[in-house]
Amino acid sequence: MSAETMSVFSPALAARFDLLVEKYPLRRSALVPMLLYAQDEIGYLSDAVISEIAHRIGITELDVRNVATYYSMLRFKPVGRYNIQVCTNISCMLRGAYDLFDRFQEELNIGNKGVTPDKIFSLEEVECIGACCWAPAIQVNYDFHDELKPELVPGLLDGYRGRALAESEAKNA
Amino acid sequence: MPRLVSHPDEVKIVTKRFGLGAAEINRYVELGGYESAKKCLAQGPEWIIEEMKASSLRGRGGAGFPTGMKWSFVPKQSAKPKYVLVNGDESEPGTCKDHLIFLHDPHSVIEGTIIAGLAIGSKLGFIYLRGEYRYLIEIMEKAVADAYAKGFLGKNIFGSDTEFNIITQTGAGAYEVGEESALMESLEGKRGVPRIKPPFPAVVGLYGGPTVINNAETIATVPHVIAMGGAAYAAVGTPRNGGTRLFCLSGHVERPGVYELPMGYNLRKMIYEVAGGVRGGGKLKAVVPGGSSTPVLLPEEIDIGMDFDQVGKAGSMLGSGGVVVIDDTTCIVEFALRTISFYQHESCGRCIPCREGTDWLKKSLTRFHAGFGEAKDIDNIQYLAENMMGRTFCPLGDAAAMPTLGFVKKFRKEFEDHLNGKPCPFAKHVEIAMV
Ligand SMILES: Cc1cc2nc3c(=O)[nH]c(=O)nc-3n(C[C@H](O)[C@H](O)[C@H](O)COP(=O)(O)O)c2cc1C
Ligand code: SF4
Ligand code: FES
Repeated sequence: MSAETMSVFSPALAARFDLLVEKYPLRRSALVPMLLYAQDEIGYLSDAVISEIAHRIGITELDVRNVATYYSMLRFKPVGRYNIQVCTNISCMLRGAYDLFDRFQEELNIGNKGVTPDKIFSLEEVECIGACCWAPAIQVNYDFHDELKPELVPGLLDGYRGRALAESEAKNA
Repeated sequence: MPRLVSHPDEVKIVTKRFGLGAAEINRYVELGGYESAKKCLAQGPEWIIEEMKASSLRGRGGAGFPTGMKWSFVPKQSAKPKYVLVNGDESEPGTCKDHLIFLHDPHSVIEGTIIAGLAIGSKLGFIYLRGEYRYLIEIMEKAVADAYAKGFLGKNIFGSDTEFNIITQTGAGAYEVGEESALMESLEGKRGVPRIKPPFPAVVGLYGGPTVINNAETIATVPHVIAMGGAAYAAVGTPRNGGTRLFCLSGHVERPGVYELPMGYNLRKMIYEVAGGVRGGGKLKAVVPGGSSTPVLLPEEIDIGMDFDQVGKAGSMLGSGGVVVIDDTTCIVEFALRTISFYQHESCGRCIPCREGTDWLKKSLTRFHAGFGEAKDIDNIQYLAENMMGRTFCPLGDAAAMPTLGFVKKFRKEFEDHLNGKPCPFAKHVEIAMV
């Protein structure tokens, strides 16, 4: 980056990216990780994010978009502070994943890929997340919750709601 | 934390350090860790490859290719650098074993990578984990940093003049990236679209250099093979199917979990004894023996030893080790639909039989399950699936067609029960909406 002050990323992430692009035999090997880490910080891949990543690696924005659209975790719109991903693939389906998904829809009053009006939660049906023996399994952002039952959904949501509140209070303080 | 299970019939080789705090490097060393790497450093590449061949270890990623042979294909002299690439994309539905290895024994993956590097003469290895495994990537990153700090990685590993480095990499969501050539594309910062073969990765792989690609469980097994000796490891399994494997028992069993059992262990025993039988004393309907892409087996077909050859003879595949057990409350049409929906979602779209075939199959099965199927649709589904087989660019097309064929052939009656507006005979009707 010519002018680091112009970065859309936090100084810590910008510094991490400086190292990342030098780490591989080829700069663009850093592309997929950078997209994901950028999304973790900013919430989604905004135009500014794509532009800065293209610049850092030395490829075109079109090239970045072409790669980014391939990967299912990468997104171009904001989601909730806590993105709930319910696996409904076979092992989870056999152990009640669709009931679980229904319960989330009811409790949050949103459908697949929906975001709650307060932007605290979003909900997504996903493919196998590698927790098949602990089904039904979900991820909230990166946190796994194994062997989840529909009756535990309200408590789980309350926990995350509390965290979101505490976070916004800490920010305003 | 995923629950660990245990059963007296288990032979704990790869899982022997699970639950013992071995993610911490000193603990790993205390438990005998990194001794195999040191031994390999002293013995040299030919010896390593001979031990690996003697072990008859076969790849745990799905195809079951003999690991020693794979390594021996890498040319000794190469103008371009050689690489080791560990496949931790673990996305085949029903499979969650690499998850536990990264969590409980990350150093075994590092040690196995070092040994693979010594065997082929590589200075750089990559450990690629699926993006959803963020907490495991963090564990791996810390383990790699600790190994550098101890001098087990870097310019002079274990005080020798040999160099070896490891880079951990995250994916960002894509089943197809688990296919080895798509994995290399992803690691080069591209879309995960597979490459044409030949050339094979052992000759032209990552960044154009010779590359060995192995599943994470395969790699984590390597230090144990060296510690036990190839022949002793082979003796645990069946002929040409050395050692143990991590079987992921999921679905309608009483005690789901990842169990380490000798290759060739009887499937019926695995379900009824190790995993405690069908949940609630229910009745078995079907078993998917090796991850969602492997053809289904009927209850009368499960008296087989679980190794690559015996499951192959029974008309299915040992695959990735994901054993999905289905009881008689399950609608097979719905199960087939959920399976094909996954492959339709994951098809990279490069070739027509896979892109169009999975789409058509999903549409037909959706209509069928909703009760709007016609008798000719059953044959059509079969015809479509048969015509995908062997006609696609990478094995994902087959992976989608094979289970579909199995369901239609073995459960034709159940498909017929859905005909002509009849509601699904099973109580619960779910909407499968993945797009
Ligand atoms: C569509 C597709 C997905 C795959 N996914 C994985 C995976 O997630 N993990 C894996 O180790 N191998 C996967 N494989 C197999 C790899 O291509 C490759 O054979 C394997 O990593 C080789 O390692 P092994 O010899 O140790 O099994 C997949 C193959 C295909 C066709
Ligand atoms: S078989 Fe499917 S996943 Fe493989 S290259 Fe063709 S379209 Fe892509
Ligand atoms: S099927 Fe749900 S985690 Fe694998």
